[in-house]
Amino acid sequence: MPRAGGVERPSRPATQAMVSLATDIVRTADGVPLKVTLRRVDRARKLKAVALVVPLFLFILLSFAIPIGVMLFRAVDNPEIAGALPNTVAELARWNGDELPDEATYAALAGELQAAHKSKTLGLIGKRLNYELPGVRSKIMAIGRAVTKIEAGPYKDAVIGIDPMLGERRLWTVIKSAGEPYTIFYLLSALDFERTQDGDIVNVSADRAIFRDVFLRTMGISMTVTLATLVLGFPVAYLLASLPARTSNLLMILVLLPFWTSLLVRTTAWVVLLQTEGVVNDALMLLGFVDERLQLIFSRFGTIVAMTHIQLPFTLLPIYSVMKTISPTHVRAARSLGAGPFVAFWRIYFPQTVPGIAAGCLLTFILSLGYYITPALVGGPTDQMVSSFVAIYTNMELNWGMASALGAILLAATLVLYLLYNRLIGIDKLKLG
Amino acid sequence: MKAIPALTGLLMAGTAAMALTVAMPATAQEALTIVSWGGAYQDSQREAYYKPFAKETGVVITEEEYDGELAKVKAMVDTNSVTWDVIDVDTNHAMSGCDEGILEPIDYAKVGQPREKFVQGAALDCAVGTIVYSTIYAYDADKLKDGPTTIADLFDTAKFPGKRGLLKKPFGNLEWALIADGVADAEVYNLLRTPEGVDRAFAKLDTIKKDVVWWEAGAQPPQLLADGEVVMTSAWNGRIFKAIKEEGKNFKIVWDRQQPDFDFWVIPKGAPKMDLSYKFIAYASDPKVMANQSKYISYGPTVVDAIPHIEPATLEHLPTNPENLKTALPIDAQYWADNNDELLKRFNAWLAQ
Repeated sequence: MPRAGGVERPSRPATQAMVSLATDIVRTADGVPLKVTLRRVDRARKLKAVALVVPLFLFILLSFAIPIGVMLFRAVDNPEIAGALPNTVAELARWNGDELPDEATYAALAGELQAAHKSKTLGLIGKRLNYELPGVRSKIMAIGRAVTKIEAGPYKDAVIGIDPMLGERRLWTVIKSAGEPYTIFYLLSALDFERTQDGDIVNVSADRAIFRDVFLRTMGISMTVTLATLVLGFPVAYLLASLPARTSNLLMILVLLPFWTSLLVRTTAWVVLLQTEGVVNDALMLLGFVDERLQLIFSRFGTIVAMTHIQLPFTLLPIYSVMKTISPTHVRAARSLGAGPFVAFWRIYFPQTVPGIAAGCLLTFILSLGYYITPALVGGPTDQMVSSFVAIYTNMELNWGMASALGAILLAATLVLYLLYNRLIGIDKLKLG
Repeated sequence: MKAIPALTGLLMAGTAAMALTVAMPATAQEALTIVSWGGAYQDSQREAYYKPFAKETGVVITEEEYDGELAKVKAMVDTNSVTWDVIDVDTNHAMSGCDEGILEPIDYAKVGQPREKFVQGAALDCAVGTIVYSTIYAYDADKLKDGPTTIADLFDTAKFPGKRGLLKKPFGNLEWALIADGVADAEVYNLLRTPEGVDRAFAKLDTIKKDVVWWEAGAQPPQLLADGEVVMTSAWNGRIFKAIKEEGKNFKIVWDRQQPDFDFWVIPKGAPKMDLSYKFIAYASDPKVMANQSKYISYGPTVVDAIPHIEPATLEHLPTNPENLKTALPIDAQYWADNNDELLKRFNAWLAQ
């Protein structure tokens, strides 16, 4: 195709007339208007650019956006009861909730429990109801076995005869609300709220309330780790940025070496160091600092030490790369104009490092929120963060609604903090180098 | 303009290549993926079952490890992509997995052993018992000369100061807590079926809460004991036996109120190689083959006919040895199948408080 600039005056007589007819339209050699050709070339370039981005876009969509969407959906999705007891749920739609449901509803429940017993899905029903009515699972299993013996109606009295619980409004309200296609039950539970029989939202009893504590603890540990990495990392970054390249490169390797080591290996190394019969305790005993071995592992202290170690490069590197761009002449100018060393550092040098500090701290804080394996290995039971509960609900209790709700709330909390951060510091000030 | 067709072509070629690599193994040798709990236990299964089975049948066995996360099985069954063929599960999962439709009901005609040939409780609707193991507690006799002898001692931090290891689940711990609190054996589960009983068990656990190191994988307790991280720890008896026998540790097992229980083979619902899975389970349930496992780990057989094939010296260390069974506290599987969910929830809340 001719280049955009390659407009030639046609020399052949045959096209002479055409050109003279439309003198105001610039054409390329093959007679296509230049505008069209330009547009075509432009479109082809854009398509090429899009094609280059497509793999990344698909990757992010498949591995990030869709899973997060599914997680958010699962936090409110409520398919178990509606799927297992469709007729009962349909009957309950007409129920006013003031007295016991009618015969038709009982008949539907009896029929569906019989079917569930046969198809071995009673456990699913019991399990879902058990989330809201602790202890009901075993009763549902027993009811399911007994209900198969009822062969014909009327069902109401016969069913209540199996278990008086079936003659109470409480169970029916739970079946009704659990039968709705979407629920806020999991989100409420993840914030230590529950709904009463009358639909009021109240705090759960103290012996079951844990998640507010866990969220606060997660934030607290992440903030402590962020601060610790900043306090430790800033001077090191300064040292690295101001030393001559040969020395600083050597020191840089010391920073990067642990960074390249697997997280699990570093965590396990801390287990070896911190355990009661471990290196740190041995050294302290030998030097006579302590008379009795300290509890360093399985504690908050151990968790923060190990996490700080792992996160240090994440805070340090952005600060370092920002410091590298600060010209040493600024501080020299300040000094020559009469500022003391501290004032020159604080008023001239430090403000220029803030974008790096902001980037490093944000990176460490957000990464720390999701820590799982390190608290699990070096922390005690009261040092576990939200992720560990997500793991318990996913792997052990098979309650994926609850796991998703915890994840959704953590995501929301992170976004709120991010917005706050943006308001206070400004995300545009962030600099990674 | 050419970019798009070129890219599509590339994508198609990539997809085709991927499909090809996925399809390849299916045409190769017969293979079976078996999942178990790792460590000394899986080692014993490898020696007693996997290797001889592979040798006899030519089936390639792929091993995987897990810590009892039935979630992985549920995810596979839900998404219709079951890649695990046979799984070793505990009693609780054998029962609840069956109730929730995650496991395939067992056809005992294909197992080769009729249900009556199994020890009582070891032949379930969806699960075939493979071992009798026991939860016991143990201590390092090199460090504790005059060691503990009863469950009450496990809870007595005045008499035996120091950390204790316990399984990070309510399972088994609540029973021991009540025994240590003076409840009679026969009353334990009756009491646990009441809210007051559960409260009482948690209250007793509260008394040692700050002295407990919680373990999750079976390989941890012998390690905790060897590292001196705990003075005594609950454990699965085979793991301690292995540390004594093969690593020369001077660990002592306290058999008081040992909690004998089973492990089971299960087949996830919709597993593609059902016949081969049954073939393996039938092989592993053969009395003579099953008797071999106790050579490698001190767990007992679930098939009655296997007992005569086990050497008397080995029998002594099994949970089923009459001497060890004297004060045993068998696990009430039904209780745990019914109550595990909410107790686990409460237990985790209690731990985090």
